Amino acid sequence: MAKTATNTIARNLAGWLLPAALILAWEAASRSGLISESVMAPPSAVLAAFIRLLASGELVENIGISTLRALSGFAIGGAIGFAFGLANGLSRLSRDLTDTTLQMVRNIPHLALIPLVILWFGIDEEAKLFLVALGVFFPIYVNTLLGIQGVDPQLVEMGRIYGMSRRQLFFRVILPGALPAIFVGLRYALGIMWLTLIVAETIAASSGLGYMAMQAREFLLIDVVILSILIYALLGKLADSFARLLERLTLQWHPAFQPA
Amino acid sequence: MSVIALHPKQPQEANGPSATMRTPSPASPSAPLAFSLRGIAKRFGEKTVLDGIDLDVPQGQFVAVIGKSGCGKSTLLRILAGLDSPTSGSLTVAGGSASERRSRIMFQEPRLLPWARIARNVEIGLTGIAKGEVARDLSLQILKEVGLADRAEEWPSVLSGGQKQRVALARALVAHPFILALDEPLGALDALTRIEMQQLLERIWQQQSFTAVLVTHDVTEAVALADRVVVIDKGRIALDLPIPLARPRGHGSAETARFEGQILDRLFGRG
Repeated sequence: MAKTATNTIARNLAGWLLPAALILAWEAASRSGLISESVMAPPSAVLAAFIRLLASGELVENIGISTLRALSGFAIGGAIGFAFGLANGLSRLSRDLTDTTLQMVRNIPHLALIPLVILWFGIDEEAKLFLVALGVFFPIYVNTLLGIQGVDPQLVEMGRIYGMSRRQLFFRVILPGALPAIFVGLRYALGIMWLTLIVAETIAASSGLGYMAMQAREFLLIDVVILSILIYALLGKLADSFARLLERLTLQWHPAFQPA
Repeated sequence: MSVIALHPKQPQEANGPSATMRTPSPASPSAPLAFSLRGIAKRFGEKTVLDGIDLDVPQGQFVAVIGKSGCGKSTLLRILAGLDSPTSGSLTVAGGSASERRSRIMFQEPRLLPWARIARNVEIGLTGIAKGEVARDLSLQILKEVGLADRAEEWPSVLSGGQKQRVALARALVAHPFILALDEPLGALDALTRIEMQQLLERIWQQQSFTAVLVTHDVTEAVALADRVVVIDKGRIALDLPIPLARPRGHGSAETARFEGQILDRLFGRG
C-alpha cells in the first residue's frame, strides 16, 4: 500500500521534471547573457513581478475577473450546447430542424466574429461572454449528440423490455452511456474557453489577465507579459485537472478508469 | 389461477430422490397450457419469415426451438416475448393477472449496464415490481442461486463472458417470470462454460416453475435440456419431437445420440 502511494507520487512528480529543468536552463541562459533581457526576462524576474503584483492586489483582481468571465461564458455556452445535444440526440424532429443550421454556424471560426462583436457590444463584458459561450457551445453540443447517438441500442431495448419509463431509461441507460463522450467535449471546451478569453481580452478589454499583459507590453515590462502567459498555462492545466477528476469520479465503471 | 400450485414440480413434496428426475411434461397432456400460438405468420415486406405456426406449450415445459439461420426462430421468440407483433395469427398466454403472466427474454449478449454494479443490474429485473431494500434482498438471493453472491458489488467489466450471462439470467429470473424466452443465450460461450451454464439453467428451471423456450442452433444442447424439440424450417414447424429422457441427462449417451440424429436428419432433409 505504502509502496503504491510512493509510486503514485513519483509518477505525478515525473511530469514536473521537464518544466523544472527548462526553468533552470532558462535562468542560466539569462544570467550568462545568452538570452537578451529585452527578449526574455529570467525566471527570477518573473517571480519578482509575481510577488510585486500579488502584493499590490492587481494580480488577484485580474485573475478573478478573467476566471469569472471564463466560467460564466462556459456556463452559458455549455448549458445551451448540452441542451441542444440532448434534444437533438433524443428527438429526431429536433435534430432535423436544428442540426443543419448548427453545423453551418460551427464552420465559422468564432474568433472571426471579433470585429462584429466589438461593433455590437463594444469592449464590455458581453463581448467576452458572447465569444466564450459561442466557442464552448460546439464541442459540448457535438459530443453530447454523438454520445447519445452512440448509446448501445441493445441496452435501450433491454431497458424497454424490463419496463423502464422514459425517465428511467434516460437517467439509467442513455445519460450514463453518453457520459464518456460528454467528458471529451467538456475537456475540449475548457481549452477553447481559455483560448477565446485570451484573444478577446488581448484585443478588447479594460481589465483581466489579457489586458494586464497588453498594458505591460506598452511599458515594455516583459516579466509581466511572461507572467501572464504562465498564469494562463496554469489556469488551463487547473481546469483540465478538474475535468479529469470529475471524469474519474463519475466513470468508475469504465475499464479505462479502474485500477489495473 | 395460481400457476405454481397447479404444477406438480416441487421435488420436496414428492417421495424419494427419484422425484428430482422430473418426468417430461409432454407425457402429461392434462397440464394446463402456458401459451398457445395459432396460425402465427410474420412478413417483412415481401419476405415471409413465419408461415402459420401452431404451437401449444403446457406450463413448466422446456421447449427447444431449432432451425437453420434465418428460419424465423428468433422472430418467433420475439413475438412470444412481446417484442414484435405477428402479421397474422394469435398468441394466447394463460394465467391470471399481469404479474402471473410475466415473460422475460434473455439474449445472446448479456446486455448488462456497464455503469451499474452487478446487484444493481439484477435489480433492473424488478423495475416497477420492487424497490429499495426488498429489491436488493431479492437480487442478492437470486445471485446466490447463480453462484455470484460474492460479486454483487463489482462492475460487469471484470466478469467473464459466462459470469455475465449468469448475471443476465439472474436479472431475467429475479421477478419469477411465467415464461422465460432464451435467444441463443449460450451461443457466445466456450464449450466448457456452455455445459456449466446448461446445468445451471436446468437446475434453476427445476427449482422455479417457469415455462422455458430456448432458441438454439446447437442440437446437442436442445436434446440435453428440452422436454420437447421443435424444428422450424421455411417458416413452418417441420418436426415436433418429445424427448422423454430422465434428468439429469448424461452427455454423449446412446439415447441422446439417437434423438440428435433424428433432428439432424430432419434439418438436412434426410428424414
